[in-house]
Amino acid sequence: MRNRTLGFVALGAAASLFLSACGGSATGGGPADADTEFDQGSDSIVNPSEQSGGTLRYAIDGDFDSTDPANTYYAFNWNFSRYYARTLMAFNPEPGENATDLVTDMAAEMPEPNDDFTQWTVKIQEGLKYEDGSEITSEDIKYGIARANFNGGIFSEGPQYFAAHLDQDGDYNVYDHDDPLEGFDAIETPDEHTLVFNLKDSFSEFPNVLTQPQTAPVPVDADRGELYQQTVVSSGPYKFDGEYEPGVKLHLDRNEHWDPETDPIREALPDRIEVEIGVSQDEVDERLASGELDVDLRGSGVGPATKTRLLSDESARPFVDNPYSGALRYVNIHTPVIEDVACRQAIMYAADRDSMWRAWGGDDGGDIATNLLPPLIPGADPESDLYPSQDNKGDLDAAQAKLEECGEEDGFSTTIAVRAESERDVLTAESLQESLGRVGIDVSIEQFPQADFFGQYAGSQDYVRDNGIGLSVSGWGPDWPTGYGFASKITHGDAIMETGNFNTSELDDPEVNGMWDEALLTEDPDERAEMYADIDTLVLENAAIMPVVFDKSTFYRPADLTNVYYHPAYMMYDFMALGVDRDE
Amino acid sequence: MSAPSHVHGSGDEADAVDVAVTATEGRSDADNRSLRQIAWRRLRRDKVAMVSGTVVVLLILAALLAPLLVKWFGHPPTQFNQDLIDPSARVPYADPDDPAAGVDRWGGISSDHLLGLEPVTGRDLFSRILYGAQISLLVAFLATLVCVALGTVLGIIAGYMGGWVDTLISRAMDIFLAFPLMLFAIALVGVIPDGVLGLTGNGLRIGVIVFIIGFFNWPYIARIVRGQTLALREREFVEAARSLGAGNRHILVKEILPNLVTPIIVYSTLLIPTNILFEAALSFLGVGINPPTPSWGKMLSEAVPFYQTAPYFIVFPGLAIFITVLAFNLFGDGLRDAFDPKTSD
Repeated sequence: MRNRTLGFVALGAAASLFLSACGGSATGGGPADADTEFDQGSDSIVNPSEQSGGTLRYAIDGDFDSTDPANTYYAFNWNFSRYYARTLMAFNPEPGENATDLVTDMAAEMPEPNDDFTQWTVKIQEGLKYEDGSEITSEDIKYGIARANFNGGIFSEGPQYFAAHLDQDGDYNVYDHDDPLEGFDAIETPDEHTLVFNLKDSFSEFPNVLTQPQTAPVPVDADRGELYQQTVVSSGPYKFDGEYEPGVKLHLDRNEHWDPETDPIREALPDRIEVEIGVSQDEVDERLASGELDVDLRGSGVGPATKTRLLSDESARPFVDNPYSGALRYVNIHTPVIEDVACRQAIMYAADRDSMWRAWGGDDGGDIATNLLPPLIPGADPESDLYPSQDNKGDLDAAQAKLEECGEEDGFSTTIAVRAESERDVLTAESLQESLGRVGIDVSIEQFPQADFFGQYAGSQDYVRDNGIGLSVSGWGPDWPTGYGFASKITHGDAIMETGNFNTSELDDPEVNGMWDEALLTEDPDERAEMYADIDTLVLENAAIMPVVFDKSTFYRPADLTNVYYHPAYMMYDFMALGVDRDE
Repeated sequence: MSAPSHVHGSGDEADAVDVAVTATEGRSDADNRSLRQIAWRRLRRDKVAMVSGTVVVLLILAALLAPLLVKWFGHPPTQFNQDLIDPSARVPYADPDDPAAGVDRWGGISSDHLLGLEPVTGRDLFSRILYGAQISLLVAFLATLVCVALGTVLGIIAGYMGGWVDTLISRAMDIFLAFPLMLFAIALVGVIPDGVLGLTGNGLRIGVIVFIIGFFNWPYIARIVRGQTLALREREFVEAARSLGAGNRHILVKEILPNLVTPIIVYSTLLIPTNILFEAALSFLGVGINPPTPSWGKMLSEAVPFYQTAPYFIVFPGLAIFITVLAFNLFGDGLRDAFDPKTSD
């Protein structure tokens, strides 16, 4: 999912003027909490507090893709929509290692699969209510899911996991029927508090899909298709105040019918939530530092100019967090163009990873990646390194040996594709070009517009073959924090597409594919995590993906924001926990 | 992005050169040369023009001799020197042997690296700016050549033939001038496939940029040429040639064209800096030359995130563009004044 948001960050690099000369954040109006430390919010709760009340102020550069929970694919929106849209499952609301565990939200207990994981039964809690006090039933959740993925194409933003996995005709359209759920049998509702999902294939990670906002209940009578986003009926602790202006502002008031007893994941401390839409990133950063804002809704970190300043300012550092963004920055080695695995391995050995890490941002940009799965994903082993070298500078002797093995003693020529708008991608390519040149692998760089990069260039099978594009610089974040949620789309042979191909290296290894399929038949998450670690190793043995950096974000955390911690599932602060502590 | 304003809608200057042409008309080659001599004398007396002319010559020499100069004074423009760069701040160390000493306020300027080091990669800024001059000047000259070739041919035909041919070409000029050139360039660079006309990589990029600038800026030259031709074709020496039985081609090439050389030279000189800026803008937006080939515009855009921590990085390429554009503009102005008979001797 983060693939979409990542590009956006790079765009922010355009000319900007950060006017504020504020040194640190103690001007933030609240108690200047000098007790906090640099990066403290990455793995612990900063300013823990149970104090409720006040207004929590958000602002965002850009806009919501949609406030309709059915129609969104931005991480920040999956995080934010939980204020007014409860989901069946949720991620454990705590910092650190266990944050990626699944817990129940509307569900009464963990989903129950059948033997081969093709059928899942979910019981929901009794006494859940909408903002008007009416009861939420399993039928409403079924309708919410059905309209999200089976709607004749009117919602284009959200993920399509239900369409891909539910045993239902893909042409089904809820808006075509007088009774919208007539003939929609992939989800059964035997009673008002039970849902039974029938899947086409085995899918042991299905409960992860149930954390997505598309599982929010929607009353059939309130649905107005695309217009529903203006008057979403709340099932969470807050509701729209009725004055939502798309592109301008969204304000949320408390929903009196929400019962905290039924809700283990939302603190709901503030009395009111305000969002300003369409504020430039630099202005957001500046107002965060001056205390006029509490949270950057986009959740992708401060802009590049602010980042340089914050990290070099000792008085600001205690208010800065530098957690993993969850994304891996990597280079695809296109298997149809560089066919011989030994030639691909030569590239892996010759690459100067230290240089690429510097190109991506050095210390604060992230960690050198030597494996595929990002550190916070179960099964990830950041220590593993199939292509080790002194100081990560590359092993030229090993590279030369591999070149001889594939019959290209003198090296070869190829082209690397890169997104022109992403300065750090371009620098990464330049760095790789320089280091591969050391063993005679001659790389030329071609820049392409970001918007068509996967549609027409690096992700187009024809273009890659016709133009001999052997490498491409890419980035990827997980849809949910497991090996499958992260890497299946970029390494499973079944994910290869003619165009818009995110398995850009076109790795189609029977062993890898087989392990992915087997993982979906394995119930125990720990066992799956081990399998994902094996897949990680296999992908690197195939030299289809060259990991570069586990990306880090830079967040600013105002002093009067309470209960602040980074949540790896959303790759930003957990919005549900946040409160404010100030006199208003 | 368009030609300089004094070319566009240039009633005044066009008249001035028109007068110059009038004065030249029908004279023998010897007289012609004497006008050039007068102009040269004027030019030599114009200090600003002489200084800017010298700068232009030096710039061209520097671009041509870049490989030699870099060999003597610098480092290869694509060579990384990351051992000199602090991986945290991403700018040069004050002392590479002692990382604890912090970063250099002056961007690593030393006798070894005359203009310091690029942040992140540590590439030598001096040699990158020199090589950047190659690209800037090459693109600007080639594009100007295309403008001049197209503009002269079409302008002279429009002016001489008159009638529907003139109307057709003049309307075409209006259309081309109304084109959103920058947007078009960005779109075109993205869609032209590799391997067109046997060009790939940077050859293709340069080709496309030259084509775009040249193909869409020719009307500036064409308008001036057309105006001159309109005046010239009524002159006695043209009438004389025609009455002696000269064909259209002879009249155009032998009688009219020689009288257009001066205004064409003057306005091409003024078009060059515009084209330099256009190339820099394209590179800034990421649709120019492919990395790692240095380009001034690209350097500027790379410098933006560092404007607080490494300001030198935005200053040097900026200065390079500034000096080049200014020198060409001042020199062009000087040339125009020198050829203008209204200027007192």
